[in-house]
Parts: sequence; C-alpha cells; structure tokens
Amino acid sequence: MDFQLPDYNVWQMLPEIVLFVWALAVIVFDLGTKRKTGSAVGYFAMLGLVVSGIALAIVGHGRGFGNMFFNDSLAVFFKVIFLGAAFMTIGSSFGITKEKIVNHRGEYFGLLLFSTVGMMFLASASELITLYIGLELTTIPLFVLAAFFKDDKKSVEAGIKYLVVGALSSAFLLYGLSFLYGLTGTTDILQMRFNLAAGQLSTGGDIGVILIVAIIALLAGVGFKLALPPFHQWVPDVYEGAPTPITAFLSVGSKAAGLVAFIKIFVLGLYAYYEPFMAPNDWGMLTGALAVGAMILGNVVAIRQKNIKRMLAYSSIAHAGYIMIGMLSMNELGLASVGFYMFGYLFTNMGAFALIAHFEDKTGSCEIKDYAGLSKSSPFAAMSLTIFLLSLTGIPPLVGFFGKYYVFAAAIKLAGSGPGYDWIYWIVGVALITSVIALYYYANVIRTMYFIKNDAPVKLVFSAPALSMVVIGLIGVFLVGLNPEPFIQFASGIPFTAGFILP
Amino acid sequence: MGILSSLIFIPLAGMVIVMLIPKENKWAIRWTATIFSGIPMIQSFWLTWDYFFNYSGSSAMAYVEGPFNWIPSLNIQYFLGVDGISVPMLFLTGLLSCLSIVASFGIDKRVKEYFAFFLLLETGMMGVFVSLDFFLFYVFWEIMLVPMYFLIGVWGGPRKEYAAIKFFLYTLFGSIFMLVAILVLYFTSEPHTLNMLTLIETSPALSHTLQMVCFIFLFIAFAIKVPVWPFHTWLPDAHTEAPTAVSVILAGVLLKMGTYAMLRISWPMFPDALRTLSFWIAVLGVIAIIYGALVSMAQKDLKKLVAYSSVSHMGYCMLALAAFSSAQAIAGCMFQMISHGLITGALFLLVGVLYDRAHTREIALFGGIGSKLPIYTGIMVFFSMAALGLPGMSGFVSEFMIFVGAFGALNKVLVGISVLGVVLGAAYMLRMVQNVFLGPFNEEKWGGLTDINLRELVTVVPLMVLTLLIGMYPKPLTSLMSATLENLITLMAR
Repeated sequence: MDFQLPDYNVWQMLPEIVLFVWALAVIVFDLGTKRKTGSAVGYFAMLGLVVSGIALAIVGHGRGFGNMFFNDSLAVFFKVIFLGAAFMTIGSSFGITKEKIVNHRGEYFGLLLFSTVGMMFLASASELITLYIGLELTTIPLFVLAAFFKDDKKSVEAGIKYLVVGALSSAFLLYGLSFLYGLTGTTDILQMRFNLAAGQLSTGGDIGVILIVAIIALLAGVGFKLALPPFHQWVPDVYEGAPTPITAFLSVGSKAAGLVAFIKIFVLGLYAYYEPFMAPNDWGMLTGALAVGAMILGNVVAIRQKNIKRMLAYSSIAHAGYIMIGMLSMNELGLASVGFYMFGYLFTNMGAFALIAHFEDKTGSCEIKDYAGLSKSSPFAAMSLTIFLLSLTGIPPLVGFFGKYYVFAAAIKLAGSGPGYDWIYWIVGVALITSVIALYYYANVIRTMYFIKNDAPVKLVFSAPALSMVVIGLIGVFLVGLNPEPFIQFASGIPFTAGFILP
Repeated sequence: MGILSSLIFIPLAGMVIVMLIPKENKWAIRWTATIFSGIPMIQSFWLTWDYFFNYSGSSAMAYVEGPFNWIPSLNIQYFLGVDGISVPMLFLTGLLSCLSIVASFGIDKRVKEYFAFFLLLETGMMGVFVSLDFFLFYVFWEIMLVPMYFLIGVWGGPRKEYAAIKFFLYTLFGSIFMLVAILVLYFTSEPHTLNMLTLIETSPALSHTLQMVCFIFLFIAFAIKVPVWPFHTWLPDAHTEAPTAVSVILAGVLLKMGTYAMLRISWPMFPDALRTLSFWIAVLGVIAIIYGALVSMAQKDLKKLVAYSSVSHMGYCMLALAAFSSAQAIAGCMFQMISHGLITGALFLLVGVLYDRAHTREIALFGGIGSKLPIYTGIMVFFSMAALGLPGMSGFVSEFMIFVGAFGALNKVLVGISVLGVVLGAAYMLRMVQNVFLGPFNEEKWGGLTDINLRELVTVVPLMVLTLLIGMYPKPLTSLMSATLENLITLMAR
C-alpha cells in the first residue's frame, strides 16, 4: 500500500508558535531581570499578542498536518476573539501585578499566553485528540491563574474548585470522545461526520444508544466549559475568587473556547443538525432546553447577588443561554450570530471587567454597594460602566443589543421555516422575558452609582493601561453596535466553514 | 444632511457639547441646551409651515431621506420621512422640548448631566417620529428609555428610584413584543424588508393568525406607552416622581408615541386584525376614560390628579382609534394627541410652578390662592377649563370630533358611556380649582407665595395661544392632516 505523508504545512501554525515562544520568553524575561521588570513584562506579553495577531493575518486561511489543522473562517474569527480577550485581560492586570503578585509576574502573563495558545489550537483543531489537547492547554493554566492569590482563601478555593470540576469535565469529554471513536473508527471530525451518516443510513436513521451516551457525556464535558446549567455550579465561586482579570478571561475567552468545542463536536462532527437523519427538533430541543435553563437560572439568581463579580458570573451563565439560541438555529444566520454575539460580548464584558478590576485595585472591594456615589466622584467611570451594563442588557444602539437581535433573528427565521418549529418561538419568548429581568439587576448597579448618595465616594484615578482598556471597550461597544455590517460580514463566514453544508 | 436628520442630530450634538462644558458653568450649560433645543424647535416650526403649504395636498412622504443602507446583510436601512401625522408630532416635540428645557432652569443639582440627558431624550423622540424603517424606529424607541430612567431616577421626587425602574421595566417589557413582531414581519416579507411603507403594502396578505399575533404584540408594546388600561400603572408613579419638565415631556410627547405608532404602523399594517379587535380596543378605551376620571377624582395630590387625567384623556384617543373607519374620529384622535400634549404639558408646568413655591402638592392644604396669585390662577383655570373640554379650546374640538366619529362607527352604548368621561372630567377639574384657588385663604401659611415669574410665563403662554388657536380655528390643522388621514382610512379599510 502506498502511504503518503501528509502535507505538514507548519506555516499555518505560525500564530500559535509565535505566541508559544513568546510565552516562554515572557517567563525568561521576568526571571532574567530578577523579577524587577515592573510593568514591562506585561507590555511585552501584550506585544506578543499583537505579533501573533499580525501572524494570523499573514497566514490567512489554509490547512496543515493533513486535515488535522484548519485555518478556516471559524478558526480565524475565534482566534481574533481569543487574542482580543487575552489582550484586554493583560491590559487590566497591571493593577494586581503592581500590588499583589509582585514576584510572579512572568508566570502570570506567561500562563495567560499559554492558555491563549491552547484556545487557538482548539479553534483550528479538526481532529478529536488535537481538540482535546487544545482544551487541556486552555484550562490547565487557568487552574493556576484562578488560584494565583495564594494567600487569599477565596482565590485558592476558586482554583481548587475549578481544578476538580475541570478535571471531571475533561474526563467526561474524553469518555464521550472515546465512544465517538468506537462508533466511527476515526478521530477526524469531518470524516466522523460521514461515517456517522453512513452508519445511520444503514440502520434507517436510528442513532443508537451508544451515540446517545456519547452525546450526554460530551454535553456534560462541554457544558462545564460553557457554564450551562446544570453544569454551572462552579461558576459563581470561581468567578468571585479568581483575580478579576482572570474572571474576565474566563467569562470571555474560556467561554468562547467552549463554544468552539461545541461547534466542532456537535455541529461539524456529529452533524447534529443534519436534516433527514437527525431533525433539528431532537437536537434543537436539547440545546434549547439548556438555553432556557441557562437564561432563567442565570438571570433570576443574578438579581440577588451583592457582589458584582458574582452577579456578572450569573449574567455570563445567562449570556451562554442566549448564545445557545443562535446555536440551535442552524441556518446561515445561526452560527454567524453566535460568532457576532461573542465578538460583541468580548468588548462589553472585558470593558466592564476592566472597570471592576480597576475599582477593586483602588478599593479592594467588589461589593455593589461600594459603587454608591461613583457618578459624582468619577463620572467617566460611572458612565462607562453604565454603557457596558446597558449593552449587556441589550439597549440599542449598543453592540449587546445587536448581538441579541441577530441571535433572535436566526431563531425566528428557523421558527418560521416549517410547522414543526413552533417551539422555537417559546424559546425566543423566554429569552426576551429574561432579558427584561436582566435589566433589573444591571440597572441596580447603575442605580447604586447614580441615585444613591455617598458621603465619601471613591475617586478613581485611571492608570494609562486601565483607561485604554475601558476606552477600547467603549469604542468596540459603539463602533460594532452602530456599524455592525463589516463584523457581520466577518462572522458570516463561520457557517460555511470546514465543509459545513447548509440544509 | 437633510432637515429630518438634523432634527435628530442637533440635540445629540448639543448633548456632546454640554458634556464638554465644565460643570461649574451652570448658565453656560443651560443656555447651550436651550440653543440646541431651540434650533430643532425653529426647524420643526418651519417644517410645519413648509409642509402645510407645499406638501399637505398629498399623502406621500415628504422630506424623504434615504433609504440608505445601514446594515445591508439584514436589510436594515436609514430611512426618514414625514407626512401629515408626523409633522404635528414633530411640532409638538420641538416646542415642548425647548419649553421644558427653559422650564428646567431652576434645576440646580447635577445640571450638566440633566441637560445632557434631556437632549438625548429629544434625539430619541425626534427619531421615533421621523423613522420609516422599523429597526431604526425601534432603536430610537429604546434610546429614549435610558435618559428617561436617569431623569426620573436622579432628579425625581421621594419615590424616584421605584418610579424610574418601574418605567424602564414596563416599557422594555413592551418593547420586546415589538421586537418579536419586527422579526416575524421581516422574515415573512418577501423580499425581506423592514421598510414600513413596503410592509404596510404587503402585510395584509399575511395569514389571519399571523396578522393577529403581530397586531397583538405591537399593540402591547404601544399600549404600554400610551398607556391603555390595564398597562397604565407605571404612569402615575413616573409622572408624579419625575421633575416638572420631565413630566411635561412624558405627558406631552412620550404618551403620544404610543398612539402615533399605532396610527403609523400597526393600524394600517393589519386591517384584518384591527376589524376583529376594534370592539375590544374601544372597550379598553372606555375603561381608561371612566377609570382614569374616577381615580383622578380621588386624588389628594395635584400632580397625581393631572397624571390620572392623562389616562382618561388618552382613553379618548383609543376610542377614536377603535373607530378606525371614521375619518372624523381619526382626525379627532390626532387633535386629541396634540391638544392633550399642550394642555397637560401646561398643567404639569403650572403644578411645578406652585410646587417650587409651596413645596407641597397636597390639594387639601391649599385654598383661596386665587386672591394671592391672580395671574397664576387665571392661567391655571384657563387650562383646567381646556382640560375639561370647554368649547373654544382645543380639548373641546378633539373630544367633539371623537364622539361624533365614534358614534357612527362604534357600538353606540359604548360611546354613550364614554361621554360620561366629560362630566367626570369637569367634576375633578372643578373640584381641584375650587379647593386650591377659591375658598378661605390661609394667610400665615401661604402669605409668602409669589406670583408666576417671567420665565415661567414664557413657558406657558405659547401653549395657551396654541390651545386657543386650535380651539377657535381648527381648520389649518385639519387640512394639514387631511390627505394623509384619507390615505390611512383607505389603508385601514382594506
């Protein structure tokens, strides 16, 4: 038999390789200067992200390692999100690296870059093992980062909790993947789809018990990463305990990574929504149920939170629910809306967390009540946080609204496409009602900042990086909100990715 | 930039400029805000004038801008235009915004933010009345909520926080229904479009069920804004707690947005559903008329009385809208919207004038003020008479037109009941006048009150003049709208 070596095309991995080497260099740089680098190491790490981004632009679309590594629209789109999230995370970390983690700056930034590399690999993986390794490389540095304040009980608790839950979810994921391998005899995601379809054709469309078990295990594994109920219990504690910039990274980067894994496994691999065999109804209802659970639980529990990080933790659960609505509507708008939503969420949430991190640096507090009177002492900070929160609520013309509009548009398009899809209207209904509930707790923060008097309000003096992160967030929120067209164009490549054929 | 865009963006530019002025320069901020609301006011006057002489003969949209592509992949366009029903609303918005800003000179707390929010509010209101793209309309409809939330919440009365969030939640709750309807209409239209004019052309072809669903969803969204009983409970709280000028805008412009949106969008778009539901809409209108009037009678607080009278007065609009087949009733609805804007706006201003001096609005605490504040009393009695529908003022014209039109088109018993609202209106207004202005005067308590000052007069007198003008000679306003209304009637009769 003639065995042909695959076309390696290592060039396609340039952004990842650059970033990986850069992460090592960051650690060495910090050690080499005997940990006296100050903020320089942070700027150095940010530069690495920029260089990696440039490399990404140069490399463009393509494939490498046979069919294992794809740089398609999906990968490129999400890599931009990962790089952006890491960039803004580092930008809002200067407060804590100045005060709290004086001796481990190199490791902190290095681990963050490693995690980003993992996410980028994940986005390109077209093979189950690569995907799994990418996911592990994403989460293992995050375990450490979550527990980075080693004198702080809450941070350590967050790290342990995240580690245990993360390990468990990885085990589930791997278990599910092993079933898939057994069923299809391949780890190549694209091949898997065809083998599965062929298998189903031969059994007359019956998906079989093993596949169902696999789906449940995979759903549990990915659900943990995405923080979808009932796999969400770790979220509030980890979000509260972890250093605030890491919380931000978890809520955007890690969530986007989970999303990519979800798309890869369920949409591309399992051909989840491929019509005559597996009607959207079964699959969509499963996703829809998760979405409904996430939206209701996230939004309702968030009302009671007194700590702003916990509140945003529940709100991020809710947002995962909204994203799932885009996921279940597998028309050309569906995946594009998921990408767009995430892109908007990047600016909105990272901007909000940049402010919260800065506030925490100055006051040491994350309690909502301590924000009282902020509008008088620091009008810019209060205004910016208000804008971010309104964007999260979904008030036009901010980007959060447009993301929601796009997601709902995808769902309603599907709902109107046939008589069997009426249930999607109910899911959209739940989404809309819960987004009104969401207004209540977001407005609660705004209310505290603007309406409640405080005799000794905190005056926030912005440092240059914190201010630039807030400004980047604001620009993103307004620019993408007012002129979404180019970003929609960018995101609309996602559904056509990797041979995903539209029904 | 066309005149309609400038109506939207001049207040927005004003907001930016106000935000750049240091907050110590309070007078600079006040005058900047006045200028940037004065320009749109003059523009809206000119627009009304120009429309009347050059465009009012046809029902076509005038001063059209666009449609320009905004978000082509979802067919969202920037599309503006006005016709006979939006021009009077723009006139009202321009006038009341500027007057309210002048009336807010007394605000001394966080002046900069106040005027910035006020100008943003004006942007939203202008945008709603000129948008012809459904998405654009929705954007402006929502933008307005944010400044309103802050204006009530920061500068309001004792229960301001509750009132502010209640207003925000209620209206957002309504908006989500509109959003669903927008998306459904978008995907059922072929080719997909959000252009209101096209949707009005095509949507009667939809299935009856779909029409009903969209109609009801849009109705909920708009009815919360009007507010129609039983969606009205945000109104008394918001009106009472809001600062004077904001109450004026709430009553004068925001409530009209609901009825305007019905006339502009849902009524001509779904004539089928309208025919099916018109009786129930009329019932809601009658309930609002009677209920609002009865509750007004029981109020001890002057501002609450005016607020509930709004519920009653907007009920007339709903009654007229239910009688969609009668040109007279629809014209009456437009008249009622305008005259309610003028009269209730003025009443809120006047209540504010008294509150600024007496620091209470409790009706029972006053008495015999008439001898102490003659000019103020004169104006207040004037507007009370206008509100109860005295002939010769705009309120009478509109109510008369509505009753005549509705009597022919609707269930006669229902219209008969609604006429009772006029009697009840007279009852609560006269009771108020009697208790506040007549009777024995409490010298030691109210001896220090001063009469209305020049700035306050400037804000009220234009409204007086217009109320009288429309009441005495309604012809120009009728002919301004007639072509558009005729077209609307034919659209609704499809």
